[in-house]
Amino acid sequence: MNAGLEFLRKLDDFAGLGRRYVLIREFTTNENYGKPPEQRSLDELMRLGVISLDKPPGPSSHEVVAWVKNLLGISKAGHGGTLESSTP
Amino acid sequence: MTGVLPIALGDAVKLIGFLMQSSKEYVAVMQLHGSVDVGALREVIDLFVGKIYQKPPVRSSVKRVLRVREVFGLELVEYEHPYVLLRIDCEHGTYARKLIHDIGDVLGVGAHMRELRRTRVGPFKESSGLVRMHDLSEYTYLWRVERDPRMLMKTIMPGEYLVSHLPKVIINDAAASAVAHGADLTVPGVSTLHERIRKGDVVAIFTLKGELVAVGVAQMHTEEVLQTRKGLFIKTKRVIIDRGVYPPSWRKHPSLKNGPSYQ
Repeated sequence: MNAGLEFLRKLDDFAGLGRRYVLIREFTTNENYGKPPEQRSLDELMRLGVISLDKPPGPSSHEVVAWVKNLLGISKAGHGGTLESSTP
Repeated sequence: MTGVLPIALGDAVKLIGFLMQSSKEYVAVMQLHGSVDVGALREVIDLFVGKIYQKPPVRSSVKRVLRVREVFGLELVEYEHPYVLLRIDCEHGTYARKLIHDIGDVLGVGAHMRELRRTRVGPFKESSGLVRMHDLSEYTYLWRVERDPRMLMKTIMPGEYLVSHLPKVIINDAAASAVAHGADLTVPGVSTLHERIRKGDVVAIFTLKGELVAVGVAQMHTEEVLQTRKGLFIKTKRVIIDRGVYPPSWRKHPSLKNGPSYQ
């Protein structure tokens, strides 16, 4: 069993996906290239990462994204689904 | 309005679209404008489970035409007049505020949404743990000032989690390189795949190390992939991995080996 499959099972558990896997062919991966996602550096995480944030009631989803970008000093970030900011 | 707001960092923003199409869960407080008995309330709430018609509210980001949305579950958690605590499990694009307004209309007394908290966006659940803005700013301080990035690194999950709800396929290094360059995925490069993938499903493609290569649309069922040795399996839609991560495996045309020659 490869390390990639182990990580994919973690993703499945996170999403509550109970599907099984079917192995077709065994391959080996060249250790000189690529990197398991869980070994990413902070810099690499900020280039391909996600934060499950608890949005507070005040700011809009858009403002929260701007705040995160500014805090981490990154140029690209986005949110998954607007959560309206307050009761009109 | 509070609750789960997944924030994609860097190239992970390309994956947000696949998350938006997934279902959402809310906890909402409905304020009734008149008294009703619990029996009637339960009956009316049950009417709103399943496919419902909704016209987006005046203040919304989409065109205001009547559309169909599915409410997968609607649970009355608590009722203490005039407040009703509801748990709503619904399709993306369902307006909780509108749903509650409509429930009030059918009840005959009227109602409005008093509070809303999102408890799930696709695979991201409140119960899996959320990061508060306060925590994030503290961890950033630890990283920048105390030179300790550990908490921040624990807080940022690999971007792969954004597609954790999709069916998955693992491919070899050579295929990963081809897909990184925009090629579609063919059967010979496939190592492992989820059972019950259907033609037309949006699937996530991973390397043998677990890195997300791309997201695409399946052109075969899992069973077909098992029975054939060749053919197009996944049409690539969104490439995530960088081109240089895995070396190209295909042979360049001999005449191009040393660059184009001009004679």
